[in-house]
Amino acid sequence: MLEFQNVSYNVSEDNSEKEIIKNINVKIDGRFTAITGPNGGGKSTMAKLIAGIIKPTSGRILFDGEDITDMSITDRARKGISYGFQQPVRFKGLTVNDLITMAAGRKIDITEACSYLSEVGLCAKDYIGREVNASLSGGELKRIEIAMVIARGTALSVFDEPEAGIDLWSFKSLIKVFENMYKKQGGSIVIITHQERILEIADRILVLNNGAIEKYGTREEIFPGLMKGDIACSALTKACDID
Amino acid sequence: MDEIQRQLIREIAGLHEVPQGAYNFRVNGQLDGRAVTENINIVTKEDKPGIDIIIKPGTKNESVHIPVVLSQTGLKESVYNDFFIGEDCDVTIVAGCGIHNGGDKASEHSGIHSFFVGKNSRVKYIEKHYGEGDGNGERIMNPTTHVELSEGAYLEMETVQIKGIDSTKRTTSAVINDNATFIVKEKIMTHGKQEASTDFSVELNGEGSSTDVISRSVAKDDSKQTFYARISGNNKCSGHSECDAIIMDRAVVRAIPELTAADVDASLIHEAAIGKIAGEQLIKLMTLGLTEQEAEDQIIKGFLK
Ligand SMILES: Nc1ncnc2c1ncn2[C@@H]1O[C@H](COP(=O)(O)OP(=O)(O)OP(=O)(O)O)[C@@H](O)[C@H]1O
Ligand SMILES: [Mg+2]
Repeated sequence: MLEFQNVSYNVSEDNSEKEIIKNINVKIDGRFTAITGPNGGGKSTMAKLIAGIIKPTSGRILFDGEDITDMSITDRARKGISYGFQQPVRFKGLTVNDLITMAAGRKIDITEACSYLSEVGLCAKDYIGREVNASLSGGELKRIEIAMVIARGTALSVFDEPEAGIDLWSFKSLIKVFENMYKKQGGSIVIITHQERILEIADRILVLNNGAIEKYGTREEIFPGLMKGDIACSALTKACDID
Repeated sequence: MDEIQRQLIREIAGLHEVPQGAYNFRVNGQLDGRAVTENINIVTKEDKPGIDIIIKPGTKNESVHIPVVLSQTGLKESVYNDFFIGEDCDVTIVAGCGIHNGGDKASEHSGIHSFFVGKNSRVKYIEKHYGEGDGNGERIMNPTTHVELSEGAYLEMETVQIKGIDSTKRTTSAVINDNATFIVKEKIMTHGKQEASTDFSVELNGEGSSTDVISRSVAKDDSKQTFYARISGNNKCSGHSECDAIIMDRAVVRAIPELTAADVDASLIHEAAIGKIAGEQLIKLMTLGLTEQEAEDQIIKGFLK
């Protein structure tokens, strides 16, 4: 459903080109794919390429067989791509309800808006009217970001480290959120994560290291090796400790 | 009142019918309806255009609406409205001015409002300015507000100018006595070649007095805005002013704070932030399926809400 064909992404830094994504070829066609790998490996860059926030230096990106390489962020969103940011954005003045409504893309009543918040473990009545400004905590913001993706309910949902900043107690229910999405919504889920517990429930795992795909396969094929301590893995557990 | 005038009233005062409580409608320089209540009296001034609004001590949960509309091109007026609010009141005052200028001559309204607020009274003052009409005549509004707060009084002023005023100079001065509080929430949007200048001076004279002057504005196209905020702390007091502006296109925004502390226990703060809409905000809303223009509109709407 999502395909990268010879995709590279370079940035220029002090007169030299830096390769951030190196000629990636991959088909992401599972219903639940986890992308993992060390910090700086290129995961968020890959997500931004999918959402259209950045354009590849070369190569093509296909979504359901259609070439979306030159398509705008808006058009991709309307085609069914959602992206929950690693670092959610704050807005002065816009409320949680405003954002959830925009995400749903239609007029929704308060009950429906609240249901998305409850799903991510926020007491809806405390949050629905709040401004998405600096007064929200990092974890609250992260949950609202996830709720927006759920409210969109699109064919493809990409989450960038949804677990970051979510406390240990809520983490269990976060896993349920994705399990529910998997069961209820027909679409595919891509989660960028450093968390073992999320990797455990993925159908397929992709390991991105230094801008290239180091491993890609079913959970059964990839997961045991990750836990044993390959190169990516040492970085992975380190990242987990930081979290 | 004709349909245009009724529409202006709806814009500035949110009124669909004659309001509850006291009111005074001024249409094209003439009195167009008035009601007084047992506690709130409205009297036409003898020496100059305008009215005195007298609110009896202890008046609670009552409101006064005093909208002004101009639909005749070329009309220029200065109107003096004085509010005398007794002790221990809790009232809402809704003012505002709407101009419809369909002609070529400038229409101009200068409202000079003075508030004398008695001890321990709470006042909410809402003022909305709005202009429309397809004529070339300018729509000009120069509101002047003067506030005097007695001991323990509280006045919150909400002032909004979102659309259609070509030129505005708004001057607000306040004298704050012991334990009294003066809050201002200003919202302004300018576009085209509009100019808006706001000038606040607050004298914190009383012990325990405080003020919070907050301005949020959006400047589009070739418009220009200036924001002066002067706060003097002459006693143990606290003052805060904040100018938060979104700038777009070729607009110009200036924020000029002036804090004067004349007492060691005066604590005064000014914050100003002027900048364009953050790129990441636009991108976030676009990933929800909004176009760039729709995203911009939503961000501004939220910002000025
Ligand atoms: N615009 C840019 N200019 C320079 N370097 C960049 C730019 N964008 C990304 N990079 C670099 O590319 C690499 C990949 O970044 P990316 O954010 O994709 O990593 P990541 O895998 O998501 O890491 P993390 O696990 O820390 O979130 C990093 O080394 C980063 O510093
Ligand atoms: Mg990342």
